[in-house]
Amino acid sequence: METWEDSLGSERVLSTYIMGIMSDRGSQVVRDNIGGIIVGLSGLLLLADLAGKLTGGGLTPARFGGFVWDGLVIGILIGLAGIGLSLTYSILGFANFAHGDYISWGAFSGWAVAYLLAGIDRYAAGGLLLIGGGGGPAPGDVGISITNTPASIVAGLIVAVGFTVGVSLLVDRLVYRPIREADGITLLIASIGVAFALRYLIVFFFYNGRQGVTDIGRIPTYDLAGVVITAHELTIVIVGLLLMLGVHLLLQRTKLGKAMRAMADNRDLAQVTGIPVEGVIRTTWILGGGLAGAAGYLVVLTQGTIAYNLGWLLLLLIFAAVIMGGIGSVYGAIVGGLGIGLASRLSLIWLTGDLSSFAEPVAFGLMIFVLLFRPEGIFGGVSTA
Amino acid sequence: MRSDGTADGVGDAPAADAADPDQLTGERDATRPPLRVENLRKEFGGITAVDGASFAVADESLTGLIGPNGAGKSTTFNCITGIHEPTAGAIHFNGENIAGLSPHTVAERGLVRTFQIARELAEMTVLENLMLAPQQQQGEALYRSVLPRFRDGVIEEETELREAVWESLEFFEIDHLAEEQAGNLSGGQRKLLELARALLTDPDVLLLDEPFAGVNPTLETKLLDRIDQLRAEEGLTFLLVEHDMDIIMEHCDPVIVMHRGQVLAEGPPDEIRSNERVVDAYFGDEL
Amino acid sequence: MNADSLPADSLDRFRALLERSDAALVLAVMAGFYLLFLGIGAILNYDLAGLISILGQVTFFTTVYALVVLALNLHWGYAGLFNIGIAGFMAVGVYTMAMLTAPPTGSPPGLGLPVAVGVGGGMVAAALVGLLTALPALRLRADYLAIVTVAISEIIRLTYNSPAFSTFTLPGGIALGTGGASGIGNFPSNPVRGIYYVNPGSASSGTTPIGTAVFGFFDNTLGVFRSAVIVDLTYGLLLVVVVFLIYTLLARVGNSPFGRVLKAIREDEVVAKSLGKDTNRFKIKTFMLGCALMGLAGVVWQGFGTGAVYPQAFRPELTFYIFIAVIIGGAGSNTGSVLGGAVFANLLFLLPQYLPNIIEQTFAIQASPNTFIAAITPIAAGEIAPLVGYVLNQRLPALRFVFVGVLLVYLMQNRPEGLLGHRTETAAAVDLTETNRSGAGPEQTPDASGVADGEGGVDDA
Repeated sequence: METWEDSLGSERVLSTYIMGIMSDRGSQVVRDNIGGIIVGLSGLLLLADLAGKLTGGGLTPARFGGFVWDGLVIGILIGLAGIGLSLTYSILGFANFAHGDYISWGAFSGWAVAYLLAGIDRYAAGGLLLIGGGGGPAPGDVGISITNTPASIVAGLIVAVGFTVGVSLLVDRLVYRPIREADGITLLIASIGVAFALRYLIVFFFYNGRQGVTDIGRIPTYDLAGVVITAHELTIVIVGLLLMLGVHLLLQRTKLGKAMRAMADNRDLAQVTGIPVEGVIRTTWILGGGLAGAAGYLVVLTQGTIAYNLGWLLLLLIFAAVIMGGIGSVYGAIVGGLGIGLASRLSLIWLTGDLSSFAEPVAFGLMIFVLLFRPEGIFGGVSTA
Repeated sequence: MRSDGTADGVGDAPAADAADPDQLTGERDATRPPLRVENLRKEFGGITAVDGASFAVADESLTGLIGPNGAGKSTTFNCITGIHEPTAGAIHFNGENIAGLSPHTVAERGLVRTFQIARELAEMTVLENLMLAPQQQQGEALYRSVLPRFRDGVIEEETELREAVWESLEFFEIDHLAEEQAGNLSGGQRKLLELARALLTDPDVLLLDEPFAGVNPTLETKLLDRIDQLRAEEGLTFLLVEHDMDIIMEHCDPVIVMHRGQVLAEGPPDEIRSNERVVDAYFGDEL
Repeated sequence: MNADSLPADSLDRFRALLERSDAALVLAVMAGFYLLFLGIGAILNYDLAGLISILGQVTFFTTVYALVVLALNLHWGYAGLFNIGIAGFMAVGVYTMAMLTAPPTGSPPGLGLPVAVGVGGGMVAAALVGLLTALPALRLRADYLAIVTVAISEIIRLTYNSPAFSTFTLPGGIALGTGGASGIGNFPSNPVRGIYYVNPGSASSGTTPIGTAVFGFFDNTLGVFRSAVIVDLTYGLLLVVVVFLIYTLLARVGNSPFGRVLKAIREDEVVAKSLGKDTNRFKIKTFMLGCALMGLAGVVWQGFGTGAVYPQAFRPELTFYIFIAVIIGGAGSNTGSVLGGAVFANLLFLLPQYLPNIIEQTFAIQASPNTFIAAITPIAAGEIAPLVGYVLNQRLPALRFVFVGVLLVYLMQNRPEGLLGHRTETAAAVDLTETNRSGAGPEQTPDASGVADGEGGVDDA
């Protein structure tokens, strides 16, 4: 009769086989490099196929350029939003699941003001502040576009940044400061609560559908060797790059930037050496919140529509970017953002027709892949516990 | 009940005619030290915590491991028990090189350790902490705990283990704390729990990291006597890290001294006491 | 004892009973909810059929939430696996079931297998997807695992949503389909209907003897002729049995050496490993079991309960509702999971759906503007009715979630062990406090405050 020891033995053989990926010493060396091997091989294959498509047929340089441009635009936005998420993660020690809703609030606060300023001469303030909701003026009537109403768009951006900074600081004061020393999971759960509250407050004040915002008819487009570029996309790229440059200067040239980098490394040590921890935390929220607000505002500029969950829909992609780039690394967030943006658009070269719905899953798959083989991301950043 | 991982599942080795010790890996052999560290090296980024340490722990001995703070003792423990992967070197346990194996594999082989800062499972009761320790429990297979046909066997084994646990609780004089959450215990009580738990795993070799901190002298003597008893009757081997030199000098033989990641000296307590380099390392402190 | 102290005395005894017996606690809470909703039905002037319908709803939502919360509790409360991809695993369960049981001529087509096979297949499929997730992901620390599971949940949803798989053919000519964004509308009918109708799929096929008797009783004696209400209530009772069985299963898992190792993994995985436990194996088994239960939950909830399957029902928001229910109930306790599920389902899900009607009825609130601006501008003129109308008639569902978010934050700040507190169940198959040894045992235990005073031969350093 089979004893329980025997059955444990065969069970063990089976499970060891199944868990070959996780067995200890032998495959460690292979596993350390297999990520790189897979990336290298896949990259070469894709490049070869891409070259084939460009030269042979199926893909015109113009269309390729279009994918690259789209990827660049969305990548810059994801990167901007990712900077805040990455900093929060490393300096405050938790994954902020409410970051998407900061983005959404940036969009709504900024566009309410932009709409108001653009249409105040012709329409009542109430309807404008609701960004066209509840029977207010339609985008075509208000006529918002960068060339038509530049002042209101700029004003909206400023308000978006300022409002979101305010929200971030307020939330930190009420929610996170009382539990500053709590573990990452507790803070994460609290951030889920914040996410719910913020998101449905948008619904409460505005609406829960998707609403058009910009006047498509008045957005100039330019033709660059067959690639169609809209003025709004151009705006985003320019503003985005400027913001990133600003962040770079802040981190490298100022004392505050150095303090932030120190805190990201080791909070207790930073505290002991006299770095003002609460001050750095405040700066993190200001920087991160402001960039999130800007990103949300600009996303609407390029998409042309606004919805209460627009930030939430982007959040996973932003996490993907931050993880790929390495948590705690601002440059990692930027590179990761560009990477995710480009990956989600360039994958459409191969995912044609019905398969195009898999562009986002591809980006998520990329993130999972990175997490498995290089959890610390491209730029290292904070390592796993 | 402990698996030693060999293919033929044999428990104790027929040691006498084993010409090549490496052929009988994973089995106890009275002619060789059960634990032998060879040129162990562990680097963390720029820091070399262990720098080519070699020593052997004799069978059925109570070997002491001492050294100033930062000597690399805990890192050595962590490498031996699989928590860190060595940068270089070999760790021979019963003839098998276990360097780089995961902690649970090492423990399954019969090599168990306690932690310097007691790692009790704070939200579980003392009873649960101890019931966890015995290895290869039937009920750890999911289907056995759930299916009616097998659950009776699990209940039977749980009842046996419970008796062993109560025996241990009484011996360590913490039976009155049995239903307490382990996190509510005092520091010394948690160290006792840690030690009791390690012993319940039925190990071959036990690595103890300052197990007596916060324990009163009477109980400490009782525990040392028990250690001697386990060595003599059950053939256990102990490697003890301690800062209390009285314990080391009175009970341990041999004593290994580590300093700056290397083994400075290895020998009987008297030799170590009079070794100039050892005294220098400690700045004339304890000895 | 005078008459005044008797009520106080029985109240004390009642509370002691609730503390001692989990079953009593759950029954008491459910009794409370049933009374609450009966009261609501009365206020809204429901007829008997309406009241039975409300009771059926309470039963249904309590049980399906309890089921998923129990599964998540296994993952997170016991093993510490922060899985927020629940919606995805539920989707795998119910979609697989639908694809296995849909007739080959249906739209979308399926394999036409019997319902029982479909349910089992759904659970197995969910477990396998769980295995695929777990193998690489369980090495990750908790918050990374959270992100990965959400990502996988979205990948699953987007795959089911994709037109690429709306209908497809496997090698061998077998046609299957997910229905893409429209989902699968012809989910097999609720098996409970088989008790009452000759053909469960069609009410016009005539009633079985039981059906005739039961429907007849309700019609003739109680005046309830809407048989759908009776079928729904029966389904709710069936689900109560299912929840009870799953609860028993999970209680066995928890109160055993296996459960002990899980708790240890949650507390300190390094310690568990250092004691020789192969923690990865435990985590994988637990993950697969939990995912199988989530698959089952998807089948009984969205499948038989709603009657149709579509991707939008499985967005991450669903996962977060379950999550909140677990936190309310206190992670780590099976009873807490059931209670948390009950509280969430009734107070946070069902009740807000009835509140607007009740308030309208009792207070006759009218003038419901549908924008915030329109609601507050009259305040300058001293009218708050538009604002109240706006809040109650338009935005109560949204405010409910604002409240839920604030509740979560409050709990994390003040009561991270959950609203219902820290209920722990000892992880052993026998009562650990019993022993055959003489002179030992808990009778001599001093009370808890005396623990740290150095008893038992210990010096405090």
